[in-house]
Amino acid sequence: MAEEVHTEGALDAHTGGPDHGEGGLSFHPMDQFIVRPIFGENGDPVHWYTVTNATVWMALAVLCVLGLFVLGTRGRAIVPGRIQSIAELAYGFVYKMVEDVTGRDAVKFFPYIFTLFLFILFANTLALLPMSFSTTSHIAVTAVLALAVFLTVTIVGFVKNGTKFLGLFWVSSAPLVLRPILAVIELISYFVRPVSHSIRLAGNIMAGHAVLKVFAGFAAIAAIAPVSILAITAIYGLEVLVAFIQAYVFTILTCVYLKDALHPSH
Amino acid sequence: METTPIDLELAGTCVNTLGNAIGMPQLCDAWFANQIFWLLVALVAIYLILTRVALPRVGAVLAERSGTISNDVAAAEDLKRQAADAERAYEQALADARAEGQRISDEARAAIRADLDAAIAEADKKIAAKSADSEAQIAEIRDNAAASVAEVARDVAGDIVTALGGKPDQAAIDSAVDARVKGN
Repeated sequence: MAEEVHTEGALDAHTGGPDHGEGGLSFHPMDQFIVRPIFGENGDPVHWYTVTNATVWMALAVLCVLGLFVLGTRGRAIVPGRIQSIAELAYGFVYKMVEDVTGRDAVKFFPYIFTLFLFILFANTLALLPMSFSTTSHIAVTAVLALAVFLTVTIVGFVKNGTKFLGLFWVSSAPLVLRPILAVIELISYFVRPVSHSIRLAGNIMAGHAVLKVFAGFAAIAAIAPVSILAITAIYGLEVLVAFIQAYVFTILTCVYLKDALHPSH
Repeated sequence: METTPIDLELAGTCVNTLGNAIGMPQLCDAWFANQIFWLLVALVAIYLILTRVALPRVGAVLAERSGTISNDVAAAEDLKRQAADAERAYEQALADARAEGQRISDEARAAIRADLDAAIAEADKKIAAKSADSEAQIAEIRDNAAASVAEVARDVAGDIVTALGGKPDQAAIDSAVDARVKGN
């Protein structure tokens, strides 16, 4: 079966196939995003509890967190080693972000925000390994993350401020005539947040990895293989940057949204 | 990409018979539940790791470090202050010693001067006494000499009178000699 030929390989072009192909070359840039069971046949159904490639790569992200923050800080050294330095750097980076963007009273949300940051950061960077599965390229994953933030922000906003939280939509500094219009705009922008929040992350990761795969497909043609490989290298470098930046962007937006919940006044 | 999905009984509607993705795998709702479930598991696992072990530990390490640093800085500050105190004490001692030295030398100079003045006064007094004595002796010697001259003159006058054949009138001779000696 052709299923065996097609794995998560870097080179995704293969000849044949009845469906399509131009001159024997066919790209399957999206095949890397297929969720498949780890145990059993490729065609097996994917239940909610099935251990899939998504499970494996999420578990690896958890293991990375474990390695960095539990094994890496085992020494509790006053003068830190390399891994402990990285752990402290990440801690300080996100802690300062929460403190600066959201405010000192938001520090109790720091573990929650740090969890999101670390999961996205490790999922993004692990996805850059060849043959890997990009968990954060899936809208199902990022939508859950974004919805979690959205629900947290909304619930915290109402619990902390009661109906005053609605003042977020009522721009009291604007002229009275404009306020209803602004309220509508603010309301729409508020509900669009989780959408943009999730699609930004998934879209960036998916697009980058798909582009990598497309260039990899071109590498099968000898004449343009050098250009293709150069392009892959360049895009890969960009993707490393994107992996960090998207984790950062997701986290800082979470902080910004949370600031609205804690201090709804404009 | 495929435009006509080929349904597979087992794999659902997201993968064709060759195992290639149909459309975007991201939109395959058959896989949503699986990913969401495992995502929640992963998030809860990371959250527990962080809140139970990692964050308290890193926080403690950072707090301990900043405590150590501020302690060390405080200790350094303390030592610096001690050094400044020591220097000030040294300066003070030096100034005191210098003042003391000045005072002692002044005293010594004053004492010497007083002694010297006393000695000079004493010497002056002695000199004055000596010169008074000497003057008295000189006066006595002069008087004696004058008396001797008068004596000799009286004797000689008497002898001369006798030699001339006269009879010496002692009283007249004495008065004449005295008048002469006084006349000198």
